Amino acid sequence: MTEALRLDNARFLRGNAACPGCPIPKELDTLLSVMGKRTVLVVPASCTSVILGDTRGTPSTVPVIHSAMAASAAIASGVERALRARGEKDFNVVVWAGDGATGDIGFATLSGAAERNENILYVCYDNEAFMNTGIQRSSLTPYGAWTTTTPEGKREFKKPLPLVMMQHRIPYVATASIGYIFDYEQKLRKAKGIKGFRYIHLLSPCPPGWRYDSSLTVEVAKLAVDTGIWPLFEVENGEFRLTSVSKTHLDKSRRKPVEAYLKLQGRFKNLTQEQVQEIQRMVDEMWEEIKALVKK
Amino acid sequence: MQKARKVLALVGNHAVAYAVKQAKPQVLAVFPITPQTTMLEKLAEYIAEGELKAELVKIESEHSAMATIFGAAVAGARVFTATSSQGLLYMTEMIYWVGGARVPLVAAVATRAIAAPWSILDDHHDFVSKRDAIWIQMMAEDVQDAYDLTLMAFRISEYPNLLLPVMMGFDGFILTHTMERLEVLNDEEVDEFLPPRKFNLIDFEDPVSIGQVADSSEYIKYRYYAMKAMENAKSVIEEVSKEYSKLVGRNVPGLVEDFMCDDADYAIVAMGAWSGDVREAVRRLRGEGIKACLLKVKTFRPFPKELIRKYLSEKKAVLVMDRAYSYGLGGVLASEVKSAMYGLQVPVYNFVAGLGGQDVRPSVIVDMVKKLHEGTLQEEVWLV
Repeated sequence: MTEALRLDNARFLRGNAACPGCPIPKELDTLLSVMGKRTVLVVPASCTSVILGDTRGTPSTVPVIHSAMAASAAIASGVERALRARGEKDFNVVVWAGDGATGDIGFATLSGAAERNENILYVCYDNEAFMNTGIQRSSLTPYGAWTTTTPEGKREFKKPLPLVMMQHRIPYVATASIGYIFDYEQKLRKAKGIKGFRYIHLLSPCPPGWRYDSSLTVEVAKLAVDTGIWPLFEVENGEFRLTSVSKTHLDKSRRKPVEAYLKLQGRFKNLTQEQVQEIQRMVDEMWEEIKALVKK
Repeated sequence: MQKARKVLALVGNHAVAYAVKQAKPQVLAVFPITPQTTMLEKLAEYIAEGELKAELVKIESEHSAMATIFGAAVAGARVFTATSSQGLLYMTEMIYWVGGARVPLVAAVATRAIAAPWSILDDHHDFVSKRDAIWIQMMAEDVQDAYDLTLMAFRISEYPNLLLPVMMGFDGFILTHTMERLEVLNDEEVDEFLPPRKFNLIDFEDPVSIGQVADSSEYIKYRYYAMKAMENAKSVIEEVSKEYSKLVGRNVPGLVEDFMCDDADYAIVAMGAWSGDVREAVRRLRGEGIKACLLKVKTFRPFPKELIRKYLSEKKAVLVMDRAYSYGLGGVLASEVKSAMYGLQVPVYNFVAGLGGQDVRPSVIVDMVKKLHEGTLQEEVWLV
């Protein structure tokens, strides 16, 4: 390990293998700067497996355990239990997983670790398809989106994973978007201070997969929130709270029309006007459900 | 003066659990599967009663069981899991992961047939299917053996610079659920035999990555060194066998065990619990003037081919007993033995039996060797 890597604050170094416009390095940098150097990252097969470099070097300044796709929450459980058993204190074990490893192949593993309330932070960075293998649909690909395995547009809906995790009654669940980085950072900070299983679902736009210009990542990530498609919230010990700009979005007039978000992305370019209206209707319906959650 | 050792009557599952308790693992992750379950229950009981201070992760699948102990082993804990049959197949991806990453840990496999059709009874298909996963694989003959090998497995796995996981196989029901007499070591003796684990890859001051992408020029080096480690493992196993034999005051071989092979004309090669039936068959055959012997394979990986050659090179013929079959080729152990004997002019016969818990009695083995002696045995025989 070279001296250059011995930083006081854990960071994610530049010069990594991410695509232009990919938010993952910034997302990881934010994560590490909050969690600190006494953090173990567990990373299942995903874009990040590549971004983390090869045997010649890594941009990570904390220990990384690469994981088989379905195994990360279990590996993290083992790491946490072992460090605790060995008397280590003040450390964080973080799973950093894509949507496919979280909502599809690794879902049983995630659910198991959540049910056992393992003392780990699980971050799902959701780019809404199997991007590392070349844009194949996942259960978290949204309705209507083109992928290489849904050339006609996905017919099914996005699995509501944050709500599914909320139903696990774990101490902390939150959504985040790289477009609202301070909200994401605050949630990481809060999660760090909580013991038990913590889940953050981070919407992570992907220029090549979503078919938009790589300069627009932040704008797309913001619009996902501004249109109400991706509400920012947190659930702390069962208490649901909207956060950041989403706090104002219970009032429909404060939400931008979904079209503003969809039209920036080539993956939605074949949507008919009826489909766009259908998506708008689904988003409005979701917000009615959110109203009920906020009231509780 | 040394404290007298306890002699207990335990079923195989409880004998292995007893050895595991004495090895003091810090993290266990086990998913229940017949016929391993009573071992898991015993371990949970030890922990509940405070006899073993360990984290027992009540995990949601075998894939995750192996993943959990992998994570824990990387983070410096001594770990253990146990499984069987479908469970072993389900954890296969992580078994290769552990072997590829060269992380020392121990897993017990209560061998059991593989579905479909369903069978909860014994054969060796599950165990042998992991032969290329960069794991040391050893197999026990009886309950004492299962206890001994479990302790030896921890020692071998954590042997300085060897860096290999160890799988300890023992026959489902035949050993897991059969009560036998065994002598156990005192806890202090085990402490001395198994010093605290040193292996740990999590250092926040000097962080490393584990399992990252290796390009084609690097990847093959990982596998080349794994090949070297497996070869090196043979001498480590012999060394640990010597250490352990000295400690217990019994001969506990590590790679192979021979029974009356010096003057034998016919050698029967077997692995696991039915080696005991072969011993009985050998006695009966000798009583009838046929000089047979048993060569028991205790370590299946690394395969002790040099010793196999040494013991079998002068025999008139060899009969290999197989509880696992490679469809389209032949018995798995027979294929290994033939490969070890390449170039020798000794005929190798294959007896395939005991699949799905089929009972194989010494008299059946006696008949096979008699036919071999008379020259009427076919090269491959199935007991159906």
